[in-house]
Amino acid sequence: HVYLQYSNCFLVFHVFVSDPQWYPARQSIRLDPKGKSLKDEDVLQHLPVGTTATFYFRDLGVFLTEYAGPLLIYLMFYFRVPFIYAPKYDFTTSKHWVVHLACMCHSFHYVKRLLETLFVHRFSHGTMPLRNIFKNCTYYWGFAAWMAYYINHPLYTPPIYGEQQIRLALIVFLFCQIGNFSIHIALRNLRPPGSKTRKIPYPTKNPFTWIFLLVSCPNYTYELGSWLGFTLMTQCLPVAAFTLVGFIQMTVWAKGKHRSYLKEFRDYPTLRSPILPFIL
Amino acid sequence: MSAPAMGTSKTAHTDSSHKKKKGPGTLAIAYLVIYNVVMTAGWLVIAVGLVRAYLARGSYHGLYYSIEKPLKFFQTGALLEILHCAVGIVPSSVVLTGFQVMSRVFLTWAVTHSVREVQSEDSVLLFVVAWTVTEIIRYSFYTFSLLNHLPYLIKWARYTFFIVLYPMGVAGELLTIYAALPYVQKTGLYSITLPNKYNFSFDYHSFLILVMVSYIPLFPQLYFHMMRQRKKVLGHVEEYSKVE
Repeated sequence: HVYLQYSNCFLVFHVFVSDPQWYPARQSIRLDPKGKSLKDEDVLQHLPVGTTATFYFRDLGVFLTEYAGPLLIYLMFYFRVPFIYAPKYDFTTSKHWVVHLACMCHSFHYVKRLLETLFVHRFSHGTMPLRNIFKNCTYYWGFAAWMAYYINHPLYTPPIYGEQQIRLALIVFLFCQIGNFSIHIALRNLRPPGSKTRKIPYPTKNPFTWIFLLVSCPNYTYELGSWLGFTLMTQCLPVAAFTLVGFIQMTVWAKGKHRSYLKEFRDYPTLRSPILPFIL
Repeated sequence: MSAPAMGTSKTAHTDSSHKKKKGPGTLAIAYLVIYNVVMTAGWLVIAVGLVRAYLARGSYHGLYYSIEKPLKFFQTGALLEILHCAVGIVPSSVVLTGFQVMSRVFLTWAVTHSVREVQSEDSVLLFVVAWTVTEIIRYSFYTFSLLNHLPYLIKWARYTFFIVLYPMGVAGELLTIYAALPYVQKTGLYSITLPNKYNFSFDYHSFLILVMVSYIPLFPQLYFHMMRQRKKVLGHVEEYSKVE
């Protein structure tokens, strides 16, 4: 028989022989393509070739679907695929330049996330139930469609304060995208491959990481900032709603992470707040 | 779908076992007793109002107007129950209670109050009667439970009347929303169209249709949950009586 175990980004695919002599090799592994853990080899040695095989696939499918979905969905609205808007608008694009800019920013954001998932993040031991995947995808895809519908609508209204507003928004957005990326890199460098030790993150030479002085989870802070920038850029209520919901969720996560930092490290810096400096 | 808002409380205050968790204090219990007594009285007022108006007019038509104010007052007052759950003096889920109460409040204000033309519909009477009977039983159930003196009749009524009242209420609600549709579409009630500076649109007509559709998955779930509760709560008693 065969069974599947979903372990964070790994799809562990076990094939068992019905002969009870062969014990199931059940393990969820850490994400590290370079390090072949000893346990794997042990298992393979005990099992004769051809009768039992254990395959470990690195499956980032979850994150890829969660992020590729919004990317593609937004583009469908941007390029005005048929049946979304009135037929006379099929395959046209908006005449407002901010709409092109918004598409670039939105796409950039999700491409960045995809690349980070593939090359930057180190995932710790954990599982993600299938129900969560469905829920997350509905959330990301649903909101992406809702936002994209209005931003790319033939009756879209550009921001009130025009170029000034858009320029400011773009600066905020880019600043926070770089910031977010810097934090991800810093967090990755905290933990060398295969290591299990957990450390307190500290500011590095990169100025974008100096926010660690005031905040435990600056990746969320920057993420919020990016979406505030995007809201300002598009002046679109659904975007604001998405930003708000994301903010609430990230605050919950940040508070949890902050609490676990405090519990684990006696010398944890007291100046830090979970997500917003001094406020939250 | 919120006709009998019964399924929310898992333990219905104290009607299940003697699990003494860190429950509400004496002050909270006193407050809850007062709350439930007031609500029972309120819905009794509505019931009496309906009966008197019927006897006076001699017809079912347009009875809504005779109890419009107390209905709004006491149904809206039920919002407090969300607070009770949030604060912890009632062991129910905030989300579930919130959902139930909000759907009642939605029907009271956003449909019946907002669309005058449906107020004379008979479907309104259908759900008002269902709600009234349900709430009288439900609030007296809670009152007696809090006082640790629950008559079996009330318990039986709570877990039996819903069998008829629940579908009756749902029918009334759905028919009322359906009746409101043409007026909402014609007047564009609560709707926003493009273009506007917030780049947002909302079609209340479509929203109401969505609400009606949502009854399809939700109503059976709630109904069968109540059925299961009924077997659980009333089931043992029947067994005991068989033993005798």
